[in-house]
Amino acid sequence: MATETFLDIRDLKIGVTVREPGKPKRDITIVHGVSTTLEKGKVLGLIGESGAGKSTIGLSSLAYGRGGIEITGGEVYINGRDILTLNRAGLNGMRGHEVCYVSQSAAAGFNPAHRLIDQVIEATLEHGLATRPEAEARAKELFAALSLPDPENIGSRYPHQVSGGQLQRVMTAMALCPQPDLIVFDEPTTALDVTTQIDVLAAIKNAIRLTGVAALYITHDLAVVAQVADEIMVLRNGKKVEHGATKQIIEAPQEDYTRSLISVRSIQHEEQKATAEPIIRMENIVAGYSKNHIVLNDVSVDIYAGQTLAVVGESGSGKSTLARVLTGLLPPQSGQITFEGRPLTQSQDARPLDDLRDIQMIYQMADTAMNPRQSVGTIIGRPIEFYFGIKGKALKDKIAELLEKIELPAEMADRYPAELSGGQKQRVCIARALAAQPKVIICDEVTSALDPLVADGILKLLLDLQARENVAYFFITHDLATVKAIADSIAVMHLGKLARYGPKSEVLTPPFDDYTDLLLSSVPEMKLGWLENVISTRKIESAGN
Amino acid sequence: MDLRTIPISAWIGIISTSLFAFAAVFAPLIAPYGMADIVGGVWDPMSSDHWLGTDNLGRDLLSRMIYGARTTLTIAALATIVSFTLGAMLGMTAAVAGGWTDQALSRSVDLLMSIPTLIFALVVLSVLPASILTLILVMGILDATRVFRLARAVAVDVNVMDFVEAAKLRGEGRMWIITREILPNAMSTLIAELGLRFIFMVLFLSALSFLGLGIQPPEADWGGMVKENKDGIIFGIPAALIPAGAIAVLAISVNLIADWILNRATDLKGGRGGN
Amino acid sequence: MGLALKLISQRIALGFLLLLAVSALIFAGTEILPGDVAQSILGQSATPESLANLRAELGLSEPAVTRYFSWLGGIATGDLGTALTSGTDISSAVAQRLGNTLFLAAVAAVISVPIAILLGLLAVRFKDRWPDKLISATTLASISLPEFFIGYLLILVFGVKLGWFPTVATVYEGMAFGDRLMAVVLPALTLTLVVLAHMMRMTRAAILNVMQSAYIETAELKGLSTFKIIRKHALPNAISPVVNVVMLNMAYLIVGVVVVEVIFVYPGMGQYLVDHVSKRDVPVVQACGIIFAAIYIGLNLIADVVSVLSNPRLRHPK
Repeated sequence: MATETFLDIRDLKIGVTVREPGKPKRDITIVHGVSTTLEKGKVLGLIGESGAGKSTIGLSSLAYGRGGIEITGGEVYINGRDILTLNRAGLNGMRGHEVCYVSQSAAAGFNPAHRLIDQVIEATLEHGLATRPEAEARAKELFAALSLPDPENIGSRYPHQVSGGQLQRVMTAMALCPQPDLIVFDEPTTALDVTTQIDVLAAIKNAIRLTGVAALYITHDLAVVAQVADEIMVLRNGKKVEHGATKQIIEAPQEDYTRSLISVRSIQHEEQKATAEPIIRMENIVAGYSKNHIVLNDVSVDIYAGQTLAVVGESGSGKSTLARVLTGLLPPQSGQITFEGRPLTQSQDARPLDDLRDIQMIYQMADTAMNPRQSVGTIIGRPIEFYFGIKGKALKDKIAELLEKIELPAEMADRYPAELSGGQKQRVCIARALAAQPKVIICDEVTSALDPLVADGILKLLLDLQARENVAYFFITHDLATVKAIADSIAVMHLGKLARYGPKSEVLTPPFDDYTDLLLSSVPEMKLGWLENVISTRKIESAGN
Repeated sequence: MDLRTIPISAWIGIISTSLFAFAAVFAPLIAPYGMADIVGGVWDPMSSDHWLGTDNLGRDLLSRMIYGARTTLTIAALATIVSFTLGAMLGMTAAVAGGWTDQALSRSVDLLMSIPTLIFALVVLSVLPASILTLILVMGILDATRVFRLARAVAVDVNVMDFVEAAKLRGEGRMWIITREILPNAMSTLIAELGLRFIFMVLFLSALSFLGLGIQPPEADWGGMVKENKDGIIFGIPAALIPAGAIAVLAISVNLIADWILNRATDLKGGRGGN
Repeated sequence: MGLALKLISQRIALGFLLLLAVSALIFAGTEILPGDVAQSILGQSATPESLANLRAELGLSEPAVTRYFSWLGGIATGDLGTALTSGTDISSAVAQRLGNTLFLAAVAAVISVPIAILLGLLAVRFKDRWPDKLISATTLASISLPEFFIGYLLILVFGVKLGWFPTVATVYEGMAFGDRLMAVVLPALTLTLVVLAHMMRMTRAAILNVMQSAYIETAELKGLSTFKIIRKHALPNAISPVVNVVMLNMAYLIVGVVVVEVIFVYPGMGQYLVDHVSKRDVPVVQACGIIFAAIYIGLNLIADVVSVLSNPRLRHPK
């Protein structure tokens, strides 16, 4: 062919047969006729929320369907032949040779029983593309290109001996080693901490540039894909919404849906000044799971009535432990908590009922935060009954009133959690916390399991409720965009200590300490060229290296 | 519940189990002859008078089978109740209480389980008086270790869920947490296990009786009847296979029901599916 | 390698500790429970004098703890005591019978393990298709069959009607290996049928668990052949769970031996134990109990050690 188009997906249809015990099986279509092409050396970003079909489309370029998913129609041409018509031997010749795959979780994707190097060069040897010494030499070059430490020897380690961020880069090396024409990256940085993500992202981008391989880059994060892709295809519910050059999609989106994805997290919240007395004062908290295993070291924060304290940090920073100390589930080894000017009982078992009622909690995973055997009415009604002794008709009215507050219809009271969508579930959890009429609600990563648009709705609701009910939030998150959107004051945590703490305006204004700088600069921005800019101006390396 | 959603295999299980239960309850009414009456020759073949023939002493085999159903099912059921109440209660308590209570209970169960159940039963029965109460207690307590393990495992799984933590933070008591938060989520697994434990009890009791250490003659029970009639096998007389077969059929039937309940349990956990 | 060695020696030490606790439990079970050995032997009509005499003779007047330690000391030196009813030495009787039992169990294992693993693999290969469904339906049925049903059915068909094999499994010292094998065909077959289904079901679950891992998908997407995927990626990770399954079922087989030996009148440990339980011969019961428990604990220990050895995280610590 004259053009350099080598991947050509035509009218792709993908479906899955759902077999539930006791019910007739039914076919569901996941992808409804999607077409696209890709030229050699180009990167196409596939973006969409969960259920958009982006991973499924990505895997179809390997003629692979995961967990009963089947390609039901259309054609996928790679280097001029339709791979959907290939037999098993033909597929084996194509996979790992012309097209390679990098999955979201490298930790699960590597076989724990073999050394990394053997797995990295396996496909190269299988397809007879090089001798073992050649392949090993090439793998080491790739390790170096991906800025892995000790590229000569890292291959002799086992998967559990290297960190998650490194493993993700080794997997990229594994995909690059056979010198394929195309690599499918399936959310390769999603499971990583934000400061690690940026390094892996930079390494992947660098490796793509050096080798000239083409790529399908799948992610739910538009800001991430904007850094690596030449073109972007926006997907929704298995249909193409918009496809264009990255610059056009980011700067001049044509469709409303694309615009809403870009304007996500544009919530503005005016910072409120701290009132005279904090409602909760945590002073010099030291806590951990044993004397030798200290997770929190001398942390002091205040929470003010009707305001939001955002606690930010990466995994292992101690932010969730701080919440457990506040709930009393993990009494501190030293330090004290004052609630409305008096000391708060440190252990949850011994806390008076009124104090328990005043501090409520909302969890990250709404799925596991609700008893699947209780109806929404029971879930919301129990705190009302338990704390206030309200029963019968009065209880029903209260439940309806709460459902109205969280913008759900009153009939929802009879539904069970499994019948609700992700956003609805989280709303019910908010209602359960509100039902206790608390003064403080601990929000533990409440939006991080949700799609961006749904998460935005939850944040708006939380701000709205705060204004009406004058409730304070202890808001734990790793996402700085969320922090900017809702916080009044911010505590940045790093390795169990407070790295920076104060009103939002002060914390987000330079000069920064090194860690806060690293954290703030690592949040992907929806700007072209942001990645290169950050990498060149950063002061310190992330902990994940 | 919609009856049409019950698969055919479960129906077979339900019907056949009900037939056995019916025979056990109404034994004196439906048995054609008395349990211990000698009404024919030794090992008479099947005939219109004796549908299943007669046994090693000339007693009607069908009548003894029906009375045997009563003995076997009752004792197995009672032992299951002992094992289940004890095992499930202690298992859930261990899971929710944690700490030393859990350690003490779990390690004792480990110890008991490191001796094969049948061997330990034989050891204990060598010194205990042979009575039905002894049998029920020995079988029940030894088997409770299995129920304990399962109940604890299921309860531990549920106990780490956020909704249980939410209930604790609310200030709910341990009783509420066990009965309202954990039990409803463990119920279907436990009910399926109840069926499996019952089968195990039937097999266990039959094995003991077959070895001459369970129900003592002239009382009829299926395992004992196999022992009484086993010498006929050498002469090609299949009388011993009839009670043995009945045990097998009952076990398969209950298994079919338990299987269906287990499937339903995973179905409910799966939620909406496809979304 | 250091960590793995440490863990293995820990497991072995723990196994011995467990065995010690089990010996105490077995001893306590036969001593402290309301029954009385002397009463059991002489029956309800015994006079107080004869009871007292027998108790003194059996050493029952000494405190239980003293008797436990002398019993334990005996076991450690290979002296299992004397049978009450026959006055014979238990150790020599056990030695011969244990050999017979282990021979029977070994024959059953040699037949059942390869078949179970093969059928388990077949069920995985044809998951949710008819071979898998057929296999799982048969499993369900055979798990429900009592040993004596299978045993007597086999005797009736192959022993009585067809006359291919002896109906009673008689073995004696100095018997030729071939004859011995012929004698245990039916009991070994019975044991095989008893454990086969269970072992196969567990093998299927263990291998499915490995096959559904993400690294198998990685291997598939590298274009490896099915055979290579199984050999290089599934097998190294499946060994430990499968060994576990086999060991668990061997332990189960040891228990099944008791009933099967009675069915076939086979002169092994099970028959010996059952005989002496009905005679209430406590020393023999204690001895058999501890031996069965030791085998059981030993098999579980092997499973533990294999899973430590095959775990790359333990073999190659950080």
